[in-house]
Amino acid sequence: MNLINEVEKEQMRNDLPQFNVGDTVRVNYRVIEGSRERIQPYEGSVIKKQHGGLNETFTVRKISYGIGVERTFPLHSPLIDSIEVIKRGKVRRAKLYYLRNKVGKASKIKEI
Amino acid sequence: MNKGILGKKLGMTQIFDKDGRAVPVTVVEAGPCVVVQKKTVETDGYNAIQLGFGDVKPRRINKPMMGHFKKAGLEPKKYLREFRLDDITNYEIGNIIGVDIFKSGDKVDVIATSKGKGFAGVIKRWNAKRGPMAHGSKYHRRVGSMGGSTYPARVFKGKHMPGHMGNERVTVQNLEVVKTYPEKNLLLIKGSVPGIKGSLLYIRDSIKVSR
Repeated sequence: MNLINEVEKEQMRNDLPQFNVGDTVRVNYRVIEGSRERIQPYEGSVIKKQHGGLNETFTVRKISYGIGVERTFPLHSPLIDSIEVIKRGKVRRAKLYYLRNKVGKASKIKEI
Repeated sequence: MNKGILGKKLGMTQIFDKDGRAVPVTVVEAGPCVVVQKKTVETDGYNAIQLGFGDVKPRRINKPMMGHFKKAGLEPKKYLREFRLDDITNYEIGNIIGVDIFKSGDKVDVIATSKGKGFAGVIKRWNAKRGPMAHGSKYHRRVGSMGGSTYPARVFKGKHMPGHMGNERVTVQNLEVVKTYPEKNLLLIKGSVPGIKGSLLYIRDSIKVSR
């Protein structure tokens, strides 16, 4: 197991900020179009964090033109250019699936 | 076959390739292996090298095996396997073979003993379909028809039936070597390989690519 951890460790990133479920984040994701590369920001609230170590992923939910969109990113992916934490949220759940059934003001997360 | 090595399966993880995609890999502790015996056409009728892998206490080795290692002048090894290589002139008894014989991008075949599943039914063993689980059905996971009753009036040989599954020698061909760590004796192979963690793997260059 130790040797696997060593392999994983060198792939892991430690330049990203600490954030939790309920926080509002902006993920700057690298998109490769043909030979060109650009950065696409994606902003929303973190509704879950899953797994651990190198396999950790997080899901960001936002309302885009009135439609809820959820996108899952591998936390240690080299395609994530940077993550900005915009707001810290106060939540009492580890998984915020209840937000899917809330609209408007009810879907707001309290700030710390 | 041009080259081969013995290894131990450590487990699986994922790494990111240069395009940022997550690639599932099996981590293998491969080598260092030592050439214990050279077999030639003159003495044995075929060309092969015998590799030893894994340390073992000398008191666990029986006397005939100890004599075999003594003849080569080597420390006893836990596993011995033969590789029938095309060209064995470059190998001498006592040579050490490490993961550096492979580089990332190489294709390899992995041979190992698969996980034992015990006595398994046709659904698990042969991917048969099951019957309805409700609505008065009593035909759930059983074997279906085995053939005609009047003709041929017997069950054909090789008919897929329940029985022992797994714990057999399995070869997986054309797996890609994703990365090697020569200083740690680690080999990362794309995808899964047969066997439990800690099982012995027989790794050779892919016969489909090398021919």
